[in-house]
Amino acid sequence: MGVSTNATMIEVSDLWKAFGPLQVLKGISLEVPKGSAVAIIGPSGSGKSTLLRCINLLELPERGRVRVGDQAIDCAGGKLPGDRHLASFRARTGMVFQLFNLFPHMTALENVGAGPLFVKKMPPGQAREIARALLAKVGLADKANAYPSHLSGGQRQRVAIARALAMSPEVILFDEVTSALDPELVGEVLDVIRSLAEEGMTMVLVTHEMAFAHEVAKSVAFMSDGVIVENGPPAEVLVRPQNPRTQAFLARFHSFTRSFPGAGS
Amino acid sequence: MTSVTYNWDFSFLWMYRWLLLKGLGFTMLYTIGSVVFGLLLGLLVGLLRLSKSWLVNFPLIAYIEAFRCTPLLVLIIWFYYAFPVLVGVDMPASVAGMLVLSLYTGAFYAEIFRGGVISIERGQWDAARAIGMRQVQVLRRVILPQAIKRMIPPFINQSIIQLKNTSLVSTIAVSDLLYQGQLITSATYRPLETYTTVAFIYFAILFPLTLGAQVVERRLQRSD
Repeated sequence: MGVSTNATMIEVSDLWKAFGPLQVLKGISLEVPKGSAVAIIGPSGSGKSTLLRCINLLELPERGRVRVGDQAIDCAGGKLPGDRHLASFRARTGMVFQLFNLFPHMTALENVGAGPLFVKKMPPGQAREIARALLAKVGLADKANAYPSHLSGGQRQRVAIARALAMSPEVILFDEVTSALDPELVGEVLDVIRSLAEEGMTMVLVTHEMAFAHEVAKSVAFMSDGVIVENGPPAEVLVRPQNPRTQAFLARFHSFTRSFPGAGS
Repeated sequence: MTSVTYNWDFSFLWMYRWLLLKGLGFTMLYTIGSVVFGLLLGLLVGLLRLSKSWLVNFPLIAYIEAFRCTPLLVLIIWFYYAFPVLVGVDMPASVAGMLVLSLYTGAFYAEIFRGGVISIERGQWDAARAIGMRQVQVLRRVILPQAIKRMIPPFINQSIIQLKNTSLVSTIAVSDLLYQGQLITSATYRPLETYTTVAFIYFAILFPLTLGAQVVERRLQRSD
């Protein structure tokens, strides 16, 4: 992929995951270089979200290896990592969800400060300071004391991003974070993600926003039926897909991909 | 003397006011005691029921269903007369009464706790875990604060029912309000006035509590 000079921040190798009789991931391998964004696209039910949830161990893979930074977990079947181990792994891997999942009984400020306060055991004043700075960063300094129910979808998602950032994660996983938003609110969330990408945050984005993937992702992986069918720079995967399954999927987004540079043929 | 010409006369009860008050004291003691013990038991059992282990769940389900699907009066009599024979330990009525009432209401509380916790969306667990919270922290900081709000109305209802349930321990001669009424009746041969008064005392306590519960419930709904 021509990124061998960069260190690899996320390394997933031969990952398998089943829910009951349903084999969702069938030997996934993926590398994310430090400081770059990787987009995962594909039809629903292809295992994209499950892959993301396996990277921060919200789901435990039955087989395979996941490494984030210098923490690695081998799932060779049988022995599962303990609660403490899992928690410390997740603390350094931020995640943002499709349905925001803000804590409804906490204000925006308390949501963002929850990680520093309860997980990092910071003094409350310091946690509040961090939370305030991050809310300002996502453009919501004036909403610090608002409860989630009083925020728009776009604002909620920006609070959720700030909450993930508050743990100073090495990577952030975005799970279809704009899919539940009204179209006019998508832009404000993408702007925040874009600026994180520009700052060099390592990220994995499961998304249906092809134009955005094309813009910020260093590489795009197309998943179908539990396997990564095609993986490469967006100019190749999104514009000149080689695999027939990728071609069929992207045909639905043709109006976007046609406008991409290099999409002449 | 027929009921038409019955002369109602409550004045003799004034003589027995301390007995009635003592009975009321026992009723409250058994209510509060069994609510507190039942709550602790229900919390423990309800939280353990969240475990995915069949080994943990099976005995707890057996306990909950045994107590929920058997009439309380039968349980009281069984624990007072049969249980001591079974284990070879003599149990005073007061202990048997408190024990059964606590176990009984604990089974209901356990289901209220479990129901409250599992009613919280899975996304809340995901989000709390994703920022690195450990299992106990997720429960304490994220799930329970939301779940408790949903548990309060059924908890109050169950506790109000529990106050009424305590009257059943009079059958094993625990000197609660109803038992004192029976004593007074056998001394005065005036069941009409006595039981009417006993019924009124229960009502006078429960009716305001019920109204209060409705106010709490409405207030919780509004803050959702």
